[in-house]
Order: sequence, then C-alpha cells, then structure tokens
Amino acid sequence: MSTAPATAEDPSPLRRWRAPRVLPLLAAAVILLVTSPLVFIVLRASESTAAQAQRLLGRPLIATLLWNTATLTAAVTVATAVLGFATAYLVERTDLPGRRAWTIVLAMPLAVPEFVHGYSWVSLFPAVHGYWGAVLVMTSSLYPLVFLPVAATLRRGDASAEEVSRSLGRGAWATLWRVTLPLSRPALAGGALLVALYMLGEYGAFAMLRFTTFATAIYTQYKLGFDAASAAMLTLALCLLALLLVTLEARAGRGGRVVREGATGRRCAPLGLGRWTVPALAGLGAMTGLALGVPVYALVYWLVQGTSTTLPPASILSAATTTLGYALSAAVVATAAAVPVALYSWRRGTRLARTAERAAYLTRALPGIAVALSVVFFAIRYARPLYQQPPLLVAAYVILFFPFALTAVRAALAQVPPGVEEVARSLGTRPAAVLVRVTLPLILPGLGAAVAMVALTASTELTATLLLRPTGTQTLATQFWLYTSGLAYGAAAPYAALMVALSVPPVLLLTRRTLGPKTLETS
Amino acid sequence: MTGLTIQDLYASHGRTQVLSGVDLTVEKGSLACVLGPSGCGKSTLLRVIAGFHPATRGQVALSGRLLDDGRSRLPAERRRIGYVPQDGALFPHLTVAANIGFGLPRAQRAGRVAELLDLVGLAGLGGRHPHQLSGGQQQRVALARALAPQPELLLLDEPFAALDAALRSDVRAEVAATLRRAGATAILVTHDQDEALSFADTIAVMRDGRIAQTGSPQALYREPADARTARFLGEANLLTAELDGSTASTALGVLPLTEGSLGTGRQLVMLRPRQLQLASLPGGDAVRAEVVRCLFRGHDYRVELAPETVGGLPERLVAYTDSAPFEIGAQVYVQVSGAAHPVGDAAAEPAAARPPATPVPAR
Repeated sequence: MSTAPATAEDPSPLRRWRAPRVLPLLAAAVILLVTSPLVFIVLRASESTAAQAQRLLGRPLIATLLWNTATLTAAVTVATAVLGFATAYLVERTDLPGRRAWTIVLAMPLAVPEFVHGYSWVSLFPAVHGYWGAVLVMTSSLYPLVFLPVAATLRRGDASAEEVSRSLGRGAWATLWRVTLPLSRPALAGGALLVALYMLGEYGAFAMLRFTTFATAIYTQYKLGFDAASAAMLTLALCLLALLLVTLEARAGRGGRVVREGATGRRCAPLGLGRWTVPALAGLGAMTGLALGVPVYALVYWLVQGTSTTLPPASILSAATTTLGYALSAAVVATAAAVPVALYSWRRGTRLARTAERAAYLTRALPGIAVALSVVFFAIRYARPLYQQPPLLVAAYVILFFPFALTAVRAALAQVPPGVEEVARSLGTRPAAVLVRVTLPLILPGLGAAVAMVALTASTELTATLLLRPTGTQTLATQFWLYTSGLAYGAAAPYAALMVALSVPPVLLLTRRTLGPKTLETS
Repeated sequence: MTGLTIQDLYASHGRTQVLSGVDLTVEKGSLACVLGPSGCGKSTLLRVIAGFHPATRGQVALSGRLLDDGRSRLPAERRRIGYVPQDGALFPHLTVAANIGFGLPRAQRAGRVAELLDLVGLAGLGGRHPHQLSGGQQQRVALARALAPQPELLLLDEPFAALDAALRSDVRAEVAATLRRAGATAILVTHDQDEALSFADTIAVMRDGRIAQTGSPQALYREPADARTARFLGEANLLTAELDGSTASTALGVLPLTEGSLGTGRQLVMLRPRQLQLASLPGGDAVRAEVVRCLFRGHDYRVELAPETVGGLPERLVAYTDSAPFEIGAQVYVQVSGAAHPVGDAAAEPAAARPPATPVPAR
C-alpha cells in the first residue's frame, strides 16, 4: 500500500526456516538441573553393596521408621483434610460473622515455620512430645495447606450445582455430602498431598518433639554416623514414598474437570448457620488459639523472659544479613531460571511443553532433606572444592524453591494478553527486542513477586541449611536451632520472631493469589 | 503488480492437516475477505501469511517477494505485514501513543502518531492507557498501530467479533472507510457472512482447508458455485430442476437461468427468499402452500411454507416479504421473480432446505 517504504530495505534473502532453539534448550537445561537430585540419590544409593543394603534394610529400624512415618503422615493428613475442608466451607458457604477476617487468620499459621511451632509447644508444655504431640503440632500448623485450595475452589466454582441440588429437595447436609464435597475433591486431594509431602520431609519439628521418622533418621545417619551410603538409601526410600503419594493424588484428583470455573460463576446465598453460629465461632476460635495463639504467646513470653543463655552471644543482625544474602541470591537465580521454562510452556501449548513444565514441578515431591543430601553427594563426588561453600547452599535453595518461582512467573505470564508478542513482531521487532520491550515489562511485577516469595520462604529454611551451610556461617534458622538445642528458649525467641515476621508477607501473597485479589479488602 | 499471491499452500498443526492447497490472489489496494465456518483453517491461513506459522508446501509471495515456500521463510518482523488480532492485543503497559508508535523509528514517532490518531478519530487520546478505552476505541488503536509502519498488507483476524452487536456494524463501517482512505491492501478473516458481504471488494469462501470460490460479494450471493456456498452466504431455497440450455423447468414454473450460466440435465437451482412472491389468490404457475411459521423481523417478515406439490420442491420454502402478516395455516400462492441459479448435481445434495448457519435474524 505504501508508495515509499518507511525504511528502505533490500529484499533480504530467505532464511532457512528454523524454530528459535535457544528457549527450548534453556528450558531443558533448567529442568534437568532441578530434577537432578533424584538422579544423584539413585547414583549414590547404587554405590552401596548388596550386603550393606540388606543389612540396613533388614534392620528392625527400617520397619519402625516406616511405621512411625506412615501412621503419623496418615493421621495428620486426615486431620488436616477434615479441618481444612470444614474451615473452608464455613468461610465460603455460610453466613459466619467476619468471614473475610477469618480467611486471613486461618491462613496465618503458615507464617510460622513448623520447627517454630514445635518450639512453641515444647518450650511451654514439656508434656507435648512423641506421636500425639506430633499429631497436634503438625495438624495445627499444616491445615492451611488444605484450607487455601479448597476455599479457592469453593469460591471460584459456580455455585449453581449446589443450588440445583437444593431445588431438587436435598437438604444442606445431603448437598454438602453429595455435591460440594465431590466438587472440591481435586483441591482436597492436592492440599492433602502437600501436607503429606511436608510430613515426609520435615526434620526440625520432629527432632524437637523427640519423634523419629525417616527424615530425622536420615539426618542422624548422615550427621552423626557420617554414613552417607545408608543415608542415601534411606533417602531413596523416602523419595519413593513421596512419588507413590504423588501417584495416588493424581488418581484421587481425577475427574476434577467437572468443576466449572469462570468469572461468571455466581456465589450462592450463604447457608444460614442459625443456632450453630456460636459453636462454629467457638470451634474456629479454639483452632486459631492452638495454631496461632500458642506460637504468638510463646514468642512473646520468651521475648519478655529475656535472653539468658550460657551459649556465646551471637548478633541477630549478622544472622539476618547472612540469611537475606543467601535467600535473595537464591531467589534471583530461581526466578531467572523459571523465566525460560515458563515462557516455553506459555508460548507453545504442545504436549511436550506441558510435560516439561510438569517435570519441573516434580521437585515439589522431593523432601527438603533429600534435595540437600543429593547436593552434598554431588559436591563430594564431583565438586569437592565447592563442598560447604556458599554456592552449594544457594543451589539447594534454588532446587527446593524453584516450583514457587515457576508458579509465580506462570501466573504473571497468564496475565499477558495473548498475541501481543506476535503483533510486536509483525511491527518489525526482532524476537529479542520483543522480549525486552513487551514481555519482560509486562511480567516484571510477577518477577518481583517470585523473588520475594522465594527469598522469604528460603530465609526460614532449616534442614538443608544445617547440612550445607559453610562452616561458621549462621542463618536465622540455624542460630535459632543452636539455641533451642541448648534449651536456651529465651535466646532463640528473637530469631523465631524475626522469621515469623519475614514469613507474613509471602503468606498474604499466597492467600491473595489463591483466593483472588478481593480477599484482602475489607468488606 | 499484484499484491499477495498464494499458490497451492499447505500447512498443518502437528499431524492435523489444516490448509490443503489454498490458492488466493489479492490485488494491491483492495479489501479482501476470507469467509468460512469455524475450523476451516482461515485463521491459520492468516498466520501463515503473517509469518507466525510455517507452511509445509506451496508459496506465499507479496509484491513479488517470496515470503514462505515451505522450506525457508522470512521472519515475521521482516515481512512488512500488519496484523490486527481478534481482541486487539494492545500492549497494556504502553499508552495509546506509544502503542501506535511501537513499530516506528524513534525520529518519526511524534508526527506519524498524531497523523494516525487523526485518521482513526482518536485525536487527543494519545496519553491514555488501553484499559481506559472502550472496546471499539481499542480496536481502532490496534488498527492505527498496524497501519503506522505503512505495511504492504494488513491482516485482520475477526477484529470485530469481540465487540457487542450494536457497536460492531459502526466500527466495521469506520474501519472499512479508514482502510480505503489509506489505500491499504487488507485481508479480513471472518465467519460472519454479513460482515464479509458489507466489508470486502472480494470474498474468498474457505472450506476444509481450501478456497471454494472467490468473487465479488454480489456475485457470490447471487451466483454461488455450489449448494454449500449458497447456504453459507444466506438462506437459500434449493429446487430440483430440469435444465435446458438457458432455462430451468421447476415445480414453480419454467425459469430463466442467471446470466452466463448454462446447463443441461437434472440439477439443483437456487432461489433466494426474496425471489419468492406470495399472493392470497392463485394465478399463473403459482403453487399452493401452507404457512407454517411467520416471523416478524422489523424490516420484513420471514415466512416458512409447506408447498403442496412436492415434486422437486423441498419440504419447506422460505420467503421474505414486506406485506401484511400471514396467519399460521393460511393458504398462499407462491410465484417466482428473477432468475434461478444452478448450483450443481441434484443427486449430490439433499433437496430439503436446511436451516442456514444463522437462522435467526442477526440484528
């Protein structure tokens, strides 16, 4: 149409058609990297001789560990599923007073790291320990992992199925049982899986509660006996357990496509609680007291009691600086690594791209202690000079928290209107320039959220840090651990308080992202 | 010199063949429209032309420049082809002015952006962000942005589908006027026959990955090549007829054939609903029919009839009429005005007049 082209350009020679290969290669490299722990664990475990394996696996210890881990995980998973669903139903489907406030309060126990939960109970009530102590502490600290996804499903799901059920003459209970519960099954299964995976990987809280599970046994084997081969074999068993759980969840969550999600989904009229209002409020109050009141009270109590300790004084400031340094580096690396994976699967809706992305989420199933040990194995084997050096700790954080970064970057990309990249190219912009001028500016807030999420989560990490920190370095979590191991509860309190304070923003962010932006507005 | 030439073009999504031998020519300075039902491959065709999707075989050339021959291709950013997607896809982080200036060298931006804001009637809104504009305004900004670097060809992928009905025809008319003012060569892709008929100089009807027929809107409407095209462009009555050179003998009488079409033997002929005249008294070759449905559409009535003699007639005839309403069950007499158009072999097509793609009056 133009008589004179805007920019005079010779008819350029045709290029051989080729897909831009940089992105898939980068994405593949990142995915390989974050899934490598599994490979190293298998490699290391295969080094132990058959006799060794038989001796270790034949010991009664294994049976005890398996029994302890399985029964505790089952009890806590069931308890969190019941509590998580009940609280989500109360908040999303009834006329409970102060529902918005309750949403925040119910999610808040996530801001208290599990080992701080353990510390609060143990330091206040020495009677809380062993199996039932672990059930109590872990249930009250982990139920939000079920509450959040179920509440999100109830909020987004179209309520018309429930209204139809009521119109067909089913009562509130029958509707709850036959419609609401099946519709929230995928979210329920997903949340329960997360709880179970946390249970498998948790070390700090169980050590404090003096309850032996796979994770604590691995830690002890490795740290005290320095028996790396046994630790590797136990880790492998733990990973297999985790993968088994993931498979089970995939089955339980199947059929989840029946849930209709949409902006048009109306919320049905909330169910009147009537005379059940007071008991419901009392129940939620008691739960909040256990899950949030105890830790807060313990922290305040020990902060007031003062920091009398026989251990050498340490500077909380230096620990905080060290922690943030490691956490921020890990966050920046993890976010940068998440960008190519997210971009690849966002641009290509192919099966290959989706599978690749799912593989990247696989690390979520790996217990923290397994990731840490695999990094240790790798360093001892292939990179001896790096052992107990800062890069290794950062690498472990990156692998551990990569799924958080990927989720955040994917969420940001989902906000990018489809087609803007193509339009930019049709306006004469090269692919690299499109990334700089269009895509990156659009996902910048999301990248910020990813960095914040990973940094703040990593700053309360204990297990991997204990195993991988450079000698002499203390983070908030390890210094806290040092004090509580010496029963210096008062000295440990400021560290715990700081970690809780650092965890509040990511929990608010998570709540907001799961439940939608309106959650945090007062209504 | 012709604008765009496409020869024997093939493309696929994975293993699914989407384009299977498309031939299309768009003259420089004309507005063309690719019309087809959803899933016929029209969007893929557009994406191959734009350079977002590779061809597997065939040739795409613009003003003699080869763009894609199935083995090598020019990257999208070097094709000088503008693209307006369905939802506009404005850059949400940039102002209207920065959106329009995106494809321009920095030095030319200020002047050219003002010029284009004038062209699309949005002068003074350059400082706004896309979310502060209405749907129609956003679509006009997307058009201005695509026109800014003076592309040799402009592609519009159902650009009006996201607008609500009342706005759509206005924006469509405006865009057509703007493109003509700018002397642009453009291809519009749509599944809406009203849009195609009112927008384009040339329409290419696309079906199953190939172009079924190309022609002016009038030619396609009055003289479709086959029954499916006839129905796709609007409601049609298809009658079995005995052709004899330039006349067709049907149950509604002996009718002249449309100009230029000849035929012999048993074939289907098409009569548009406007060609059926209804009268309450018999006369001439009129056939008696019973009124089955009568729908008032504001500008006229759509009357469905069950004709009495079924020899070669479909079960239902459809007529559009301006006259007073007919009661359901009333007996009327049907006569034909104008010429019949042969649309192919009678055996190949069922005689019943299937409801068209959009049976209810669109607007």
